[in-house]
Amino acid sequence: MNINDTFDIRTGELHIEVHKFRAGAIFLAAGLALVLQAFLPVYLPKVGILDLPLLITIYFGLSRRNPSTGLLLGCLIGIAQDALSGPTVPVGLFGIAKTIVGYLASSIGARLDTEHPAARFALTIVFFAVHQGIVVVTQHLLLSQPQRWFTVHLGVAALINAVVAVFLFLLLDRLRKPS
Amino acid sequence: MAGIPSRHRSLFLLGGVVLLQVLLLAVQIKRDSQGRLIRVWTVGAVSPFERAGAHGIGGIRNVWNHYFALQNTSRDNEQLKRENDSLKLQITQLQAKAAEADRLAGLLKFRQTNVNVPMVAARVIGGGPSTASFTIDLDRGEHDGIKRDMGVITPDGVVGKVIESYKDTSQVLLLTDKDSGVGAMLADSGIQKPVGGTGESLLAMKYVPNEDDVTAGQRVVTSGMDRIFPRDLPVGTIVDIKAGSTFKQIRVKPAANLERLQEVFVLLTLKPLDLKHEFIAPAAASTPPAGSSASAANPGVSEKQ
Repeated sequence: MNINDTFDIRTGELHIEVHKFRAGAIFLAAGLALVLQAFLPVYLPKVGILDLPLLITIYFGLSRRNPSTGLLLGCLIGIAQDALSGPTVPVGLFGIAKTIVGYLASSIGARLDTEHPAARFALTIVFFAVHQGIVVVTQHLLLSQPQRWFTVHLGVAALINAVVAVFLFLLLDRLRKPS
Repeated sequence: MAGIPSRHRSLFLLGGVVLLQVLLLAVQIKRDSQGRLIRVWTVGAVSPFERAGAHGIGGIRNVWNHYFALQNTSRDNEQLKRENDSLKLQITQLQAKAAEADRLAGLLKFRQTNVNVPMVAARVIGGGPSTASFTIDLDRGEHDGIKRDMGVITPDGVVGKVIESYKDTSQVLLLTDKDSGVGAMLADSGIQKPVGGTGESLLAMKYVPNEDDVTAGQRVVTSGMDRIFPRDLPVGTIVDIKAGSTFKQIRVKPAANLERLQEVFVLLTLKPLDLKHEFIAPAAASTPPAGSSASAANPGVSEKQ
């Protein structure tokens, strides 16, 4: 099986479709998310509350429904995000978090129907929280940089990211190849 | 991963990838490195897109600022014009106040340097209603000790003399009036000649023979011989000289700005005074009284008949 394969998983009455994307769409979207995440806040500081690389990781994880490719994509995106974040962020901090989120998204996507906007909204909040939790744990345990688990800002960020995710995922759905 | 069940392969892969990244973190902490190679590669790959994006956003901003955002420009422009007009008015008012403050400071300084000279400051409250006479009205009169024939001056120079004194006001005949005059002399040479008004903005220095050496730019001061004004008060500056049949026709620009008088001093005595003036040139101050020309002057000229 390679990254562009499509197949159906039939478990009892549940029918879940694995989506295939246009050539290079995944890397293009991931690259674009990283670029936008890097320079958009320069012009629109409030946009910095978004975590576009995380949303891309979640989307392709949920859509591809392959844990291996999901975690590898999350790993690449996370490491690239670390690298672009400057020397104050060690390479691997977001890499680990997004690797795990990519894996979880793919695993859940393989078991649940995640096409409904409400499901996407809820899952994005969950994954945002998981991602944040892993980052805090990593900082605490590996980097000895204790951080707060939850702040109002993070709560608002989770909600905003979830709202944006609903619309962004609809946009990304257009990159799918017709089944 | 041949011996690993397929459903656990991704889990093992996850563990491996996470472990590798933990090790990467550990290496960075241990060696205090910053994963420079990865950063250089990533930044090198992303920066061209960032540059292009920034260029694109700059273009969009430019288009927005120069076209779409212009719909508010007209309103902003009108508001700014109103603010500008208001600020101009304020500036004008402030400039007027500053000028008044400067003027009053000059008067005060003049008064302080002549503290022993009996004089009273007066405000100009009106001017002559006719173009045939050059007079001003002051807000001080007999109650303040002002009497007819008293001299009126400013720190700049001679203004005129009081021609009428009422209870609370007085009327001053300006030096420019054709019926006005003052005993004067050239500050440089000491030649004493009367200076009178012409009914225009310039004064005339009279009875200066054609053979006398007079040049434009020379300063004219009071001679003190008219017994109205003390000696060496600035009268004006010679601006034009023409030869006449017997006497030169000399025009003098008044030292005091007679067209824009606002405050003046009235000398409260008819006796000769000794005023101190910072504006009198040392040469003029040290010039002895004229000898040969003194007899030609009309020392008592204060109001021509």
